[in-house]
Amino acid sequence: MSIAITTQFICFTVLSLVVIIGALGVVLLESIVYSAFLLGGVFMSVAGLYLLLNASFVAAAQVLVYVGAVNVLIIFAIMLVNKKEDLKPINDIKSRRVISTSICLTLLSLLIRVDLTNVWSLSNPQNSIGEESTTRIGEHLFSDYLLPFEVASVLLLMAMIGAIVLARRDVMSKDISTGLPVDQELIEKSSEPLLTNKN
Amino acid sequence: MNLESIPLQAFLIVSSALFCIGIWGLLNSRNAVRVLMSIELMLNAVNINLMAFSSYIDNNLIQGQVFTIFVITVAAAEAAVGLAILLSLYRNRVTVDMESFNLLKW
Repeated sequence: MSIAITTQFICFTVLSLVVIIGALGVVLLESIVYSAFLLGGVFMSVAGLYLLLNASFVAAAQVLVYVGAVNVLIIFAIMLVNKKEDLKPINDIKSRRVISTSICLTLLSLLIRVDLTNVWSLSNPQNSIGEESTTRIGEHLFSDYLLPFEVASVLLLMAMIGAIVLARRDVMSKDISTGLPVDQELIEKSSEPLLTNKN
Repeated sequence: MNLESIPLQAFLIVSSALFCIGIWGLLNSRNAVRVLMSIELMLNAVNINLMAFSSYIDNNLIQGQVFTIFVITVAAAEAAVGLAILLSLYRNRVTVDMESFNLLKW
C-alpha cells in the first residue's frame, strides 16, 4: 500500500479498537437492536482492515455480503421475533459466568502466546502483487479453485431452498405428526405451543 | 521490530481477541439471535487471520484471500439457514430463550 506508514498505524489502531470495542458491545449490551447495529460497525471495520492488507476485492465482498445481507437479515429476524419476555432466572448463573470467562481468557492468552512466540516465515514484501490481487483471485477461482467455486454455487442454492422451506408457514391443514389442525394465524396472536415445555 | 510496516502479530492478536469475544458471547447469550451474531464474529476473526497470513506469508499467490471468499459464502448460507431455523423454532416455542430449547437434554 502506498500510504505513509504513520497513517497505516493510525488507521490500524482505530480500526482494531472499533472492532474489539464493538464486538464487546455486541455480546454485552442489553438491547439486541443496539447489538445488531454495532455488529454492522464491526463488519465495516473488518472491511477497513482488509483494505490495509491490500485486499480491495475482499473488502468490497465483506461490505456487500456481511453489511448488506447478513446484518440486514439479522435485523429482520430481530423484528420478527422481538417480543418482550421475562427470562427465567438461572440459579447457577454466577458459576457459569466465571467458568466461561476463565475458559475464554485462557484461550485468549494461549492464542496470544502462540502469535508472539512463533517464528513466522514472512515472505519478501517485494514479491507482493499489491493492487493486482483482484486479478489473481479471478485466476484462482477459474483455474485451481474451480471445483470449490462451483460447489459453493450449489451450496448457496441449497441454503436458499432450505431457508424458504424452513421459514415458510405450514400450508397443510393438518399437522402430519399429531393430526391436529395447523394454526394458520399470525405468530403474534396467541397460539398453543406445538411442543410442550419440559419443565 | 522494524517499523516499516504493521507487524503480522498485531493482526493475529486482534483476530484472537475477536474470536474469544465471539466464544464468550456464544456461551453466555440467552437470546438466540445474539448467539448467531457471536458465530458471525468468530467467522470474521477467522477471516482476519486468513487475510493476514495471505498478505504477509503468501503475498504472491494470495490463496488466503480465495479461502476468505469461500468462508464469506458459507457464512452467508449459514446465516440464512440459521435464521430460518430460528424463525420456525420461535413459531413452535414462542420464545427465543436459549435455556428453553432443552428438548434434547438428557
